Amino acid sequence: MDKLLADYHAAPACFNEMLVANNQPRAHWRTMLDGLAQEAPEVMHQRLEFVQQQVRENGVTYNVYGDAMGQQRPWDLNVLPMIIPQNEWAEIESAVVQRATLLNRVLGDVYGEQSLVQEGLLPPALIHGHAGFLRPCHGIKHPDDVALHFYAVDLARAPNGRWWVVADRTQAPSGAGYALENRTIIGRTFPDLLRDLRVKPLAGFFNTMRESLVHWGSGCAAQGNDNSLLRDSELPLIVLLTPGRYNETYYEQAYLARYLGLPLVEGGDLTVRNGIVWLKSLSGLQRVHVIMRRVDDDFCDPLELRADSALGVAGLTEAARCGNVLIANSLGSNLLESGALLGFLPALSRRLLGESLQMPSVATWWCGEPAALEEVIDKLDHLVIKPTFPQLRLPIVFGQDLKGSARKAFINDLRSNPSNYVAQELVKLSQAPVWNPGQAGGLSARAIGLRVYACATPNGYVVMPGGLTRVATGSDARIITMQRGGGSKDTWVQSSAHADALSTLKRTITSRDLIRDDTHLSSRVAENLFWFGRHTERCDNIVRLLRAALGVLFTIEPESRSDEWPTLVKLCMWFHIIKSEPLVLDKFSGQSQEQETKQNQSQSLLRRQGVSLTDEQIETILLRSAVSPEVPGLAKQRQQLYKTAGNLQDRFSIDNWCALNRMVQLEADNNHKLTQSEAMSLLDEAAASIMTLSGFALDGMTRDLGWRFLSMGRRLERLQFQSLVLQRALAMHSNSRLDWLLELSDSAVTYRARYRAQPEWLPVLDLLLLDESNPRSIVFQLDGIVQSLNKIKRSYGAFGDKQLATLKEEVFSLVPDTDFYCGNARLIDLLSRIQIASEEISESISVQFFSYTGNQPIKQQTA
Amino acid sequence: MSDLKMKGTPCRRYRVVHETSYGYQSVVTLSQQYVHMTPRSFLYQQTELHAIWSDPVEDNGVERTDYFGNSTKHIVITAPHNKLLVHAESTVVLAARYDLEQIKRTLPWETLRDAMPQDQDPAALDACRYLYASPHVVCSAGLEDYARISYTQRRPLLDAALDLTHRIFDDFDFDDTATEISTPLEQVLKGRRGVCQDFAHLMIGCLRSLGLPIRYVSGYILTHPPEGEARMIGADASHAWVSVFCPSLGWIDFDPTNRCLVQCDHITLGWGRDFSDVTPMRGIVLGGGEQVLDVRVTVTPMMLTTP
Repeated sequence: MDKLLADYHAAPACFNEMLVANNQPRAHWRTMLDGLAQEAPEVMHQRLEFVQQQVRENGVTYNVYGDAMGQQRPWDLNVLPMIIPQNEWAEIESAVVQRATLLNRVLGDVYGEQSLVQEGLLPPALIHGHAGFLRPCHGIKHPDDVALHFYAVDLARAPNGRWWVVADRTQAPSGAGYALENRTIIGRTFPDLLRDLRVKPLAGFFNTMRESLVHWGSGCAAQGNDNSLLRDSELPLIVLLTPGRYNETYYEQAYLARYLGLPLVEGGDLTVRNGIVWLKSLSGLQRVHVIMRRVDDDFCDPLELRADSALGVAGLTEAARCGNVLIANSLGSNLLESGALLGFLPALSRRLLGESLQMPSVATWWCGEPAALEEVIDKLDHLVIKPTFPQLRLPIVFGQDLKGSARKAFINDLRSNPSNYVAQELVKLSQAPVWNPGQAGGLSARAIGLRVYACATPNGYVVMPGGLTRVATGSDARIITMQRGGGSKDTWVQSSAHADALSTLKRTITSRDLIRDDTHLSSRVAENLFWFGRHTERCDNIVRLLRAALGVLFTIEPESRSDEWPTLVKLCMWFHIIKSEPLVLDKFSGQSQEQETKQNQSQSLLRRQGVSLTDEQIETILLRSAVSPEVPGLAKQRQQLYKTAGNLQDRFSIDNWCALNRMVQLEADNNHKLTQSEAMSLLDEAAASIMTLSGFALDGMTRDLGWRFLSMGRRLERLQFQSLVLQRALAMHSNSRLDWLLELSDSAVTYRARYRAQPEWLPVLDLLLLDESNPRSIVFQLDGIVQSLNKIKRSYGAFGDKQLATLKEEVFSLVPDTDFYCGNARLIDLLSRIQIASEEISESISVQFFSYTGNQPIKQQTA
Repeated sequence: MSDLKMKGTPCRRYRVVHETSYGYQSVVTLSQQYVHMTPRSFLYQQTELHAIWSDPVEDNGVERTDYFGNSTKHIVITAPHNKLLVHAESTVVLAARYDLEQIKRTLPWETLRDAMPQDQDPAALDACRYLYASPHVVCSAGLEDYARISYTQRRPLLDAALDLTHRIFDDFDFDDTATEISTPLEQVLKGRRGVCQDFAHLMIGCLRSLGLPIRYVSGYILTHPPEGEARMIGADASHAWVSVFCPSLGWIDFDPTNRCLVQCDHITLGWGRDFSDVTPMRGIVLGGGEQVLDVRVTVTPMMLTTP
């Protein structure tokens, strides 16, 4: 134990979460510490590795605006949980319920009667001077008078062990999804302890939240005209509205959407028609009953709120006013985040609830009150100054940092615009242990803060038994923000012996509710799935092409190459891997006469095709295109794929994501020139990882409408590639090698198993064109695409399938004995028509399904 | 604050036609318009007749009252169209307002400034809505300095406001090429030119920087003046001016674009903190491409005696 604690130096005068005086562990930490002291050091190393691997492979990220390291930063999760005993939690829980109830009442008053202002309990400036007070939202009624559906509160523990409120989060609180993800990972790291310490599970909270939204959503569904009402026992449609993938917590939003089973939508996916909100899905418009929003409220409606918002849905405010949609949290709830309110809450609590506030806020002064201003200036050194209104965009200032003229200037500013500032006492944050990352291990102390979540139910607020513990970078940090690089911890709340009952609204799914197809597929998602299919296939094509071309370069002497070499180079040019304009030849020194002759032979083959590059130059280009995202090639294509996948986070299973992340992380060092064997093994790994992705698509995804789009994307891309490759091959000299063609088409193994001989034209063409059992053959693609189009036709009408069916007939009518020979112009022409048709079908899918929903420009006007 | 029925002596009757038309390069498939085009009935104005119609005809038009008490209408059109016309037509009767003589003796402006934050009187609480910065109006030391030349020590509240109205007219040039609605107030103050909205916002910024409540008024003024009188600036379009709160007299309107105390030539549509609260027509269309906007306003005096 002593060894474990050797580096554990909690800052003095702070509350120590783990130890009491003379280094004795608190009771709720004993089990954990005993376990750590007894186990071998490797066990912890394994845990750390597991956590890191999970974070990496699940792709848990937190986007940092303006971060030079690229947009996505891995989530910083410490292996040791924060443990809170049952009796202590009961106090937190009760205080958070009270506070949420109170804030909801305040919100209701501000957007209704405004009696609190009239009674002098709230200064008018805090409402009328606050841009977060959305005037168009005044008077909107909410079911059961709940306007604050989801609430979070930032807590800190004072040196005397009491918890204090630092800030309220009422706009669209973030972090609950991260808390859930933390539990998923840490729960697997300490499975036994989780049971032994009777840690409360989190899942119930999210079920309660969803069930409450379903309850209120059903109420909204009863509004509006008859043809959009729900059938008996049909569920209201709940969507999660995201600002998009560049938002700092996009990962979490996608994670929550997937976890709760909600479509993740952007503003452009929704439309309001006559006061009703609709989702633009492939099957047309579908009525939306509940919007869980992660878009800031003033950005939600360019028609009545911020006109410059590109993230919102025009007409949403009016839809909310009509009661046709529940928006959680209600538009305008941001107002409550103003720190200036904190000082008024005790009186508001007595007035509205008839109770005193259970958990105090950290001492906070709104400088708009003259007495408060003088007090603030007096004790500036002990205070942190924040803007009253978020729209002011003022920095947070620590009084103790202000010296000399800067201090004078700041006090001047305080005096001239006092209402703009809120001062808060600096909190001495409590200290909790983190595991040291290095070899030595052991525990260190870090300052922590706790974010706790509550959701509204028709029976009052329910608190998530856990939360997001945020860890400062040092032991004496003054402030913790994820934007500035803080870490996080799983939060374990212990239960008492008897089971906890959550108030849940029970609903049973009957056979009438069963959903067999993806009815809520939005056009945007369908488009992304289609392109995900295409990009996956394109990656695969490029890997195979690079492998084939490098294979020739590395293993076949220039003098023994024939037509296949320029054909491969030309294919590389088709993919823009090799530039088509001739490059100036460099002088190569130190080469033997023999080498030069060989080079010349190989080059003259290329020159006949209009390419003047040496083997060395081609090798350099190909190797670079495998690893560098700056030039066309594998790395770049993989980035494209990853970007498309990023728009689909909520559609993929966690395992699928792991595979995707592993593939992207394969990327080798950009500047290091690969050796031959390194290059080949890199390409082998890439091919294997794409195979894994295909495996998921084949086996892991439900074959719903979304899957059809993904699959069509793949097949169209493959059809295009195969018909191109075959055209080029058929144009070669008849004595050229054919093994590369089989490699490119991943059909070498089949060929060898069947014929046990060198490839020859007739059997190769049969395998690649006509063999219905070969997933790479032309007929296989045509068949699959026609089938998919037929399936889609049932719901959305026919388009483009006739053209393909005719081509399929033509391919079937080919006679191997007479048609399958090298140089057959009729065959080349057929393949060229197939290639063009596949491009046309792709185009018409875009027009039919992806442009319908009006991704057209939206224009604002004022007159 | 609930509006009172018009009290004063009727002095004028007007007919106003306000036509807004958009021509689009490509088809618009969904048009949502949010309009503030219904003249407000209040102490100095009674709206007798009013109608708004659109071509194409709206699918749905919902009429409501906004947070500031103005009438609004939501117009939704889903019929595909290349042209949109919104036609608003009203007949209003105006009542006499306080004249220059009557507004002379008011309390010193500092008295109102100091009373504002604490005053629990309903009229003062209502005035708090118009006391702070708003989307188009900032408060700044520059604006306060400009205002202070008129707001000298213990000067009567409305006398100072009238002086500021005059100074804005004298110091600034009317120039409809100099600014857009998004032009920041600081730039208007520096450039010394703009249109009626800019001058209204400027005066609002001045008073709020001093800690005084003031509202933005959207409306029209007489297009064809009686014979022998000069034509007003801002006719043929919608117009904007300001309204200053005075505890004893209520809200008193000043028009810095025309250097005057508002009397019987201004027809009020509605009021808010600034342009953004009472934009006559605000819309979002799907599709449309390039667009051409044409606004026509005609204000015609009518006989006062026949209803």
